[in-house]
Amino acid sequence: MLQQPAFTDGNTPVARGWISGWTLAGAITSLVILVPIISVCAYWFAPPSENWGHLVDTVLPEYVSNSLWLMFGVSLGAGSIGVTTAWLTSMYRFPGRDFLTWALLLPLAMPAYIIAYTYTGLLDVSGPVQSTIRETFGLRYGEYWFPEVRSLAGAIAMFSLVLFPYVYLLARAAFINQSICVLEASRTLGCGPWQSFSRVAMPLARPAIAAGLSLALMETLADFGTVEYFGVSTFTTGIYRTWFGMYDAVAAAQLSALLMLFVFVLILLERWSRRRAHFHHTTNRYQKLPDVPLPPLWAAVACIACLLPLLFGFVVPVIQLGLWAIETHDKMLDQRFFTLAWHSFTLAAAAALIALAPALLLGYGNRIQPTRTMHFFSRLAAMGYAIPGTVIAVGVLIPFGALDNQINDWMRERYGEGPGLLFSGTVFILLFAYTVRFLAVSLQTVEAGLGKIRPSMDDAARSMGNNRASVLRHIHLPVMKGSLLTAVVIVFVDVMKELPATLVLRPFDFNTLAVRAYELASDERLADSSTAALAIVAVGIIPVILLSGAISRSRAGTRPL
Amino acid sequence: MSQPARPVLDVEDVSIDLGGHRVVDNVSFSLADGEIGSLLGPSGCGKTTILRAIAGFQPLGAGRIRVRGQLVSGDGKHVAPERRSIGMVFQDLALFPHLTVNGNVSFGIRKQGAGDIRRRVGELLELVGLSEHADKYPHELSGGQQQRVALVRAMAPRPGVLLLDEPFSGQDLELREQLAREVREVLRQDRITALLVTHDQFEAFAFSDVMGVINKGKLHQWDSAYNLYHRPADRFIAEFVGHGAFVGATVLEDNRLDTGLGVLNGHLSAAWPAGTRVDLLLRPDDVRQDPDGPIRARVASRAFRGADHLYTLVAGDNVRVLCLAPSHQAHQPGDEIGIRLDLKHFVVFPRTGSG
Repeated sequence: MLQQPAFTDGNTPVARGWISGWTLAGAITSLVILVPIISVCAYWFAPPSENWGHLVDTVLPEYVSNSLWLMFGVSLGAGSIGVTTAWLTSMYRFPGRDFLTWALLLPLAMPAYIIAYTYTGLLDVSGPVQSTIRETFGLRYGEYWFPEVRSLAGAIAMFSLVLFPYVYLLARAAFINQSICVLEASRTLGCGPWQSFSRVAMPLARPAIAAGLSLALMETLADFGTVEYFGVSTFTTGIYRTWFGMYDAVAAAQLSALLMLFVFVLILLERWSRRRAHFHHTTNRYQKLPDVPLPPLWAAVACIACLLPLLFGFVVPVIQLGLWAIETHDKMLDQRFFTLAWHSFTLAAAAALIALAPALLLGYGNRIQPTRTMHFFSRLAAMGYAIPGTVIAVGVLIPFGALDNQINDWMRERYGEGPGLLFSGTVFILLFAYTVRFLAVSLQTVEAGLGKIRPSMDDAARSMGNNRASVLRHIHLPVMKGSLLTAVVIVFVDVMKELPATLVLRPFDFNTLAVRAYELASDERLADSSTAALAIVAVGIIPVILLSGAISRSRAGTRPL
Repeated sequence: MSQPARPVLDVEDVSIDLGGHRVVDNVSFSLADGEIGSLLGPSGCGKTTILRAIAGFQPLGAGRIRVRGQLVSGDGKHVAPERRSIGMVFQDLALFPHLTVNGNVSFGIRKQGAGDIRRRVGELLELVGLSEHADKYPHELSGGQQQRVALVRAMAPRPGVLLLDEPFSGQDLELREQLAREVREVLRQDRITALLVTHDQFEAFAFSDVMGVINKGKLHQWDSAYNLYHRPADRFIAEFVGHGAFVGATVLEDNRLDTGLGVLNGHLSAAWPAGTRVDLLLRPDDVRQDPDGPIRARVASRAFRGADHLYTLVAGDNVRVLCLAPSHQAHQPGDEIGIRLDLKHFVVFPRTGSG
């Protein structure tokens, strides 16, 4: 009954009346979420501010070239590390493979700005590495060459080390799910193992790799902490400086709007690749992985190749942070630290719970009324994951600042006294910005959970004497519980790690762990920033564990439901 | 068919519109207590929509549906699905993944006393031979076992009518008929009134006492399987149910037909005026292979079907007929064989030009 999708979605006649309500509610939610993005994009059409010409003449070319170089470098770095590790762990057996398979996700727990602080501490002139070189060879500073960490190349290295897991994850899934059968087919058609890889596996996995890369590049563009610390001027640092240094909201918004163009290209690339990846799903019959055992020498090479990114992307920085934390715990682990931790915790928890509401609304809207409009609006609302926090901050401040001024003027006119800024500078807009940025995460998780409840299950429960409320309680809640919890946890951790939006939007004198780590590092107090940084990394490990658990559970062919 | 005074399920003049299309058009039928029926039709014909309307998931455009004499749909009334006492087995089974077999089966009766629940679930699992699997989760069961859980889950609350929406379609072809027969046995033992929707006629034959054939939203005939096969009400049913071929003929006096294969004597279902041009339905079992038969035919093709061969024959003036013959007498395409027609009751339809 292909031509009649409407009656397989669990609609009942009673639903008819409030069905259009879902689309309306979905559209309104989506538009509210989009306010910051629309506010920024509106500046594509606004007349340039007086500083704009100055920006174009001086710093803008540098922003563009730095951003392009970063994207190019991270594509090469994260791409090669991600594909190599994915191919090795999914196709070959070597010592430590099972451990490495999930451990390679650990660098995801490390925010780029934190790894940047640790490597600066390690590799700077006064750091242990250069000191050792000087002592060993009896040299003085300036008498030997050493790469400068705080540089464009250094930033590329930092991003590659923590962002490669995006490529690894998606490429690995592609290798496992898509090409086992076709790989065997290609072998029977006369391809050797290398030819199978280059002529069959890689082309099949290319959309997945592109999707992984575009995620990594979105993070690269969104980064503020690393490039700010390394003095590599990009759009995000430019926006921040224009806003706080020049107090030019229009120019900041116009820079944001320009950055959005880069982001939109990446969004399109990701969407397009994912769609292709979907079509490239070649089979529903999964087999045990081929699990080719490697001869000792090659096994050692494979093992080391997978171990190095883990070592440099996670283990080394964590050890460094740990040493610093031990060194400084007397003065850093004080009342102040716990206040910071409490701020971060409450903020993250509140944001995670708040983001669940629109996610549930859009998720259920899509299920109850799976129309094109509804789908469109929910995709639109989920766009925030690609938008840099700095841009969202600007996009939130502009409309709410205007609203605050309106209210203030109106009240003053009427009562002779205004309330000042009602929204700007409160936790409210910070939470709103987090919701915009991380709604995609909770929406995706909620939709995955809802996907487990087929519409016929609703119907089955109802035909067994349950009304709507009872179906929600006895079927939806128990089945969705895990997904809802996951949604809350992942958003929680993302908010803990978030730096730029928090930095711009936080209420006066309201600090979080991320902001404190940034401030201390900016004051060249790297060791002192380690306690906060370590706390963020520790929390960041939680979703990595969830993710690796989900991966091993969903290993194709092991569990049908 | 004669109907008892008060049918358990009564569908009366039901029409349903979806997105501006009339997908069910003036359909009426009823099931007596303990009777097992099927709705048979090609996919997209509206049969599932009728089922969903009976269950209460689909409002009516016109008509009435009664369950045990109670109006549940129609005349401005719409009883919610959960208040209809109608059980349903879904095409994708819709087992609850978070509940064990026990939890699934007891789901509809969980408000009853603990003792009653235990007794009913035990009795049902016993009935379908799943007592040992009570504590397993759906994903730990085989497809056939999941099927049986879905069946007894729907039976547990002792529904007035049980609806089954293509419940065997997920199974292997060879298994379907057997499953249909097994489920029929279970329903019989519990004296449950049931309605099956399927596109597979052999499944429907194996399952039901009475069947309806639906096409493009219209119920063409509501009858026994025997009558659907041997007395199809119209051309669509004649073509949809079983094999057969149409042979052009002209009606003569005294119930005789002049066909391309000679003049036949038999029974005409209606009084057709002499001279009317009609199409005669010939089932493969109406055509007998007989070396001394009056008609010579050439084998055009054959299909091996185990115990017998289904031959496509060409006889007389390019008339095509089907013939069922025991498989040990194999003829090659191109062979000429003798046949005779063995039919007393003519099934004829007005001539459409072909045949």
